[in-house]
Amino acid sequence: MTFKDLHIISMKSFSRDMIDHILDTAEKLEPIASGKTKSDMLDGKVLAVMFFEPSTRTRMSFETAMMRLGGDVLSLGSVDASSIAKGETLADTIRVVQGYSNAIVLRHNKEGAAQLASEFSSVPIINAGDGAGHHPTQTFLDLYTIRRESHLEGLKIALAGDLKYGRTVHSLCYALSLYGAEITLISPKELRMPAEIIEDLRSRNIKVTETDSIEEAIADVDVLYATRIQKERFPDPAEYRKVANSLQITTELLEKAKPDLKVMHPLPRTNEIDPKVDDTPHACYFKQSFYGVPVRMALLALVMGALE
Amino acid sequence: MSNGETPVPEIRVHPIKNGTVIDHITAGQALNVLNILNIPNAASGVISIIINAPSVHGIKDVVKIEGRELNVDEVDKISLISPKATINIIRNFEVSEKTHVHIPEIVGGVVKCINPNCISNSNEPVSSKFTVSTDGQRIVLRCLYCERIISEDIGNHLL
Ligand SMILES: [Zn+2]
Repeated sequence: MTFKDLHIISMKSFSRDMIDHILDTAEKLEPIASGKTKSDMLDGKVLAVMFFEPSTRTRMSFETAMMRLGGDVLSLGSVDASSIAKGETLADTIRVVQGYSNAIVLRHNKEGAAQLASEFSSVPIINAGDGAGHHPTQTFLDLYTIRRESHLEGLKIALAGDLKYGRTVHSLCYALSLYGAEITLISPKELRMPAEIIEDLRSRNIKVTETDSIEEAIADVDVLYATRIQKERFPDPAEYRKVANSLQITTELLEKAKPDLKVMHPLPRTNEIDPKVDDTPHACYFKQSFYGVPVRMALLALVMGALE
Repeated sequence: MSNGETPVPEIRVHPIKNGTVIDHITAGQALNVLNILNIPNAASGVISIIINAPSVHGIKDVVKIEGRELNVDEVDKISLISPKATINIIRNFEVSEKTHVHIPEIVGGVVKCINPNCISNSNEPVSSKFTVSTDGQRIVLRCLYCERIISEDIGNHLL
């Protein structure tokens, strides 16, 4: 299994063996990620970070990952001030930037942008989100968090919130199906998981249950994964408040949970999680965002050929 | 017919000397076939179109084109809107070749992605690409860029 020069575009191209290898590598690199050990594994290598739309956390975690491995980061400046604003195509931008770098991290507002970039790039493209499309490094870090803080094998997980639009939740479900998880989907009726995804999961012999109440599901699960509910999805602000309140995770709710239940959330949160939950042993979301660093270090070291 | 119905008469089409007869076109798709073949602009001979012709397998469309043989690209495009079509090449009043359309695995530059936010619909130097599969009767196209699926009214999205 070699990852050298591999484009990281979509979770669909990763087998369970490949995912396990990435997670194993991340675990080995974790002491470097936290600054306990130093490394110059990627000394002399340059990572181009091209964010055509802002996502501060994802960008910072890639930059941290590269710097922790002793490499350098080249950032695309403000898009308004660059030649992109003058109408340069993504294909042209990629063909220029590949000459300056050993790998390119791309975030773009158009779906399929990373696939297109990979057709024009001789250095690996890492998709950091393309429109409503894929965001595979988020899925890897979610899996890593589950493995480190709970367990992937025989997992019972509940996903709560906007399950309709969040494609990262969809990829996470597909990835978890490789590990035989039991999945409970909790959402208001407006934001339910698309039926074809549920069918796909069931055809892979995954037990999927749908409900609209966290209270019903919480006693039985190892991980509760909350996603952000966007106000824009609701034409009526009152309807939004009703949904947001009914899905809020509070300390009272957690009294019904298993003692080792972990609560995850791809930050930033709005009001899905009561801040009082932060001080309980269930809170796992800040660790989850730290785990993005070892996972992205593993991906960078593997695609640039510093690790096998 | 055993149930006493009148037999469906075979369509009698005026014979052509040289050209192509596209038979068993999915009913209602004949005009899209003409569109694919850029007809009438790219034709000099007589074109005959039969729409909703009864046949043993239900209704069908038929298109006859004088003086023109189709290329692989055109046949691939026709397969997307009429997977059961047959192409009969006529030479000197005889059917010299009869083939079923072949459904390609990937089509490029044939259909426009229906997702307005797909990168293939922006000003990039690539043509649209779709993987092609069938779901029983229907053709299912999946965009290689954004993964959006087109399975209905493919004829309306032809480039
Ligand atoms: Zn598309």
